[in-house]
Amino acid sequence: MKAKICQRLGFGAARIAILISLSIMGYLLFYIISNGAGIISWDFLTKPPTSGMTAGGIFPAIIGTLLLVTLAIAISLPLGLVSAIYLVEYSSKESRFMRLVNSAIYNLNGVPSIVFGLFGLAFFVKFLGFGTSLLSASLTLSLMILPTVIVTSVEALKSVPEYFREASLALGATKGQTILKIVLPAAFPGIITGAILGVGRAAGETAPILFTGAVFYMKGLPISLLDPVMALPYHLFVLATEHPNISKVRPIQYGTALVLLILVLLISLTAAVIRYWYRSRRRW
Amino acid sequence: MKIKLQTKNLNVWYSNVQIVRDFTIKIPEKRITAIIGPSGCGKSTFLKALNRMVELVPGAKVSGEVILDGKNVYDQDVDDTEIRWKIGMVFQKPNPFPKSIYENVAYGPRIHGIAEKERLKHLVEESLRKAALWEEVKDRLYISAFELSGGQQQRLCIARTLAVNPEVILMDEPCSALDPIATTKIEDLLFDLKNNYTIVIVTHNLQQAARVSDYTSFMYLGKLIEYGRTEEIFERPKNKQTQDYVMGRFG
Amino acid sequence: MKGKIRLKLSGKVLTAPFASVSILAVFFIFLFVFTQGLPLFNQISPFDFLFNLTWRPTATPPSFGVIPLILGSLIVTLLALLISVPLGILGAVYLAEIANPKIRELLKPAIEVLSGIPSVVYGFFGLVVLVPLVQNTFGLPTGETALTGGIILAIMILPTILSISEDAISSVPVDYKEASLALGATKWRTIKSVTIPAAASGITAGIILGLGRAIGETIAVMMVTGGAPIIPTSIFYPVRTLTQTIAAEMGETVFGSTHYSALFAIGIVLFIMTLILNSVAIRLIKRKNGERR
Repeated sequence: MKAKICQRLGFGAARIAILISLSIMGYLLFYIISNGAGIISWDFLTKPPTSGMTAGGIFPAIIGTLLLVTLAIAISLPLGLVSAIYLVEYSSKESRFMRLVNSAIYNLNGVPSIVFGLFGLAFFVKFLGFGTSLLSASLTLSLMILPTVIVTSVEALKSVPEYFREASLALGATKGQTILKIVLPAAFPGIITGAILGVGRAAGETAPILFTGAVFYMKGLPISLLDPVMALPYHLFVLATEHPNISKVRPIQYGTALVLLILVLLISLTAAVIRYWYRSRRRW
Repeated sequence: MKIKLQTKNLNVWYSNVQIVRDFTIKIPEKRITAIIGPSGCGKSTFLKALNRMVELVPGAKVSGEVILDGKNVYDQDVDDTEIRWKIGMVFQKPNPFPKSIYENVAYGPRIHGIAEKERLKHLVEESLRKAALWEEVKDRLYISAFELSGGQQQRLCIARTLAVNPEVILMDEPCSALDPIATTKIEDLLFDLKNNYTIVIVTHNLQQAARVSDYTSFMYLGKLIEYGRTEEIFERPKNKQTQDYVMGRFG
Repeated sequence: MKGKIRLKLSGKVLTAPFASVSILAVFFIFLFVFTQGLPLFNQISPFDFLFNLTWRPTATPPSFGVIPLILGSLIVTLLALLISVPLGILGAVYLAEIANPKIRELLKPAIEVLSGIPSVVYGFFGLVVLVPLVQNTFGLPTGETALTGGIILAIMILPTILSISEDAISSVPVDYKEASLALGATKWRTIKSVTIPAAASGITAGIILGLGRAIGETIAVMMVTGGAPIIPTSIFYPVRTLTQTIAAEMGETVFGSTHYSALFAIGIVLFIMTLILNSVAIRLIKRKNGERR
């Protein structure tokens, strides 16, 4: 009898725990959405800020974020994919090199984003002389999402059954032909999902771009890789903490937060949809 | 009787465990040679050693010779990918690529450099005909290969192998994953194929070996125990172990 | 045919260098952060850096002791764990053992999506909702306290702890649970005494990973605690964390100055801390995988 009471309490506690967790996160979403929805308008999305950021839109920040993530994934996807191909298709599984690579990937994944920012500052901005620019910031971001891209690509490649490779080799194809014509096409959806997840992560990060490329205001859009860039997360951050007239720009803060949230959630959703579609369509 | 393929003292180890022992055999051209024996005795490994597929297994070591038309396929200057299309392989479980029927058959010729559409189309049709599959799929060449039944998929794999114009076809228990009707269709196919190709088939189905093959070799624990014309092996085996096996007393 | 042989050999040679980029990246990050931080120790000793109780980089003479910052990071992290670990483990128990499969299928991806919310958004939420809330509930002069920081961090690492614990709990072999139930124990008893202990290494790994994330978090914490770098005496006062200091002060430093190096030195501390935490976590995960036969 006592055991049953214990169980009721225990189950109750577990239910409450999940309820609390979900409600907090749900409330966060609800709060941002309800406060920000009113601000979103076509103008807000397509016009630059005016009057010292107290009015106007956030267009350059949106473009800036898009530029940053596009560059970041353009760098880390090829790097990450080829690394994954090496790890899955070529490396001898117990080699010291491979264990080193795996542990490097794992540790790279755990480095705090601010330390990436420090590295970006010391290496890309100062040492290589790229200055505070789109280039420095995207390079920093690309390093940060590299582990994500590699890990998901490895998973995608591993999920291609061995017997496809066998059949191809038995027909006289080389390993390279097999990888290019059979393995990669079959692993494609998984690889794309990983890239999209990386993009989502890069879009929301502030710390890595803090000293490497983000600015609060610039005239126009960046025209070269060496120009600085506005970005949504940084924009929100400055608006909310350093703007001279914080309460006046509160609506813009909500609007920016909502746009950023929608962007990131859309990206996650796309990745999830692709993963689901891929899994249901797969015939092996 | 021309000998197409032969092995001399072939040994195969997987991570220091010896699987194939001192195997010496002469396989005649354009005949079907069956390899029978209890499961786990190394038949598949032996087959894989013939077309150097065994080299793809980590930890595999090979010694001895495999001689195709007078040349040892393991020689340094021999290209292993070339051997693999000359000696084709059909696997136990049908493994078509996740592509259309057409693309599956065209894959082989494509990687060997054939690109003209007309020539490819002709090759695909010819191979599907030789595999007795053309009539069943000619109107739906571009559907996914997975839409076919198990038996059809296996014939597709055979067509795929034929498309690269091999001289020898190795078959590793090709019917063990198929139902009896599909099995019969493939066995009938083999009778046609042997007019143009040398076939080596591994099977644990004694009746199949007796039905289909011209020559049979009995393998046990990695060694060649007895080899001869199929009728001899099944009706008048010289070795007691062979006799026990074909009588069904073990395996 | 010779061309084909050449191509095959270089496949491995072509791709291996790409794989080494990750190794180079970790190495270079350490190298650069380290070398930019080293000049600090021309001015003060490492001992001074690590154990001095004052962080006042702009005073004359400047003082670079990180103890207040370490304590600041520790307090908010501990608070975060205090809140998120019980919630996370209990919530994971619900998902893995109590919820019906359909709900679980719905909630698991939802939680994954929630873990992707950017830290600046969490920080913003903390700023506009939590800060006034804490201020009013406890009658404080400002709501930007260590407590607020702890709460927002807890919300941030909750999805991590939830999902990893849920994975650990659901991979406990069914036989263990069945054996317990067959002896007449209730489901809850089984969970408490058999399942959770069996999943302990996985759960701990999840907690350590969450811990790592909490220590490394900059922006969200920065937006809700904004304190002076003094030794915290209560959770109801503002604090300053290690990460926050780098972000807040870097803008004011001159490139190459002692202050600049000091911030990099903090970076070294952070890097090493997370390195250690990560290797402990991976060892736990390996042990969990090894135990299950």
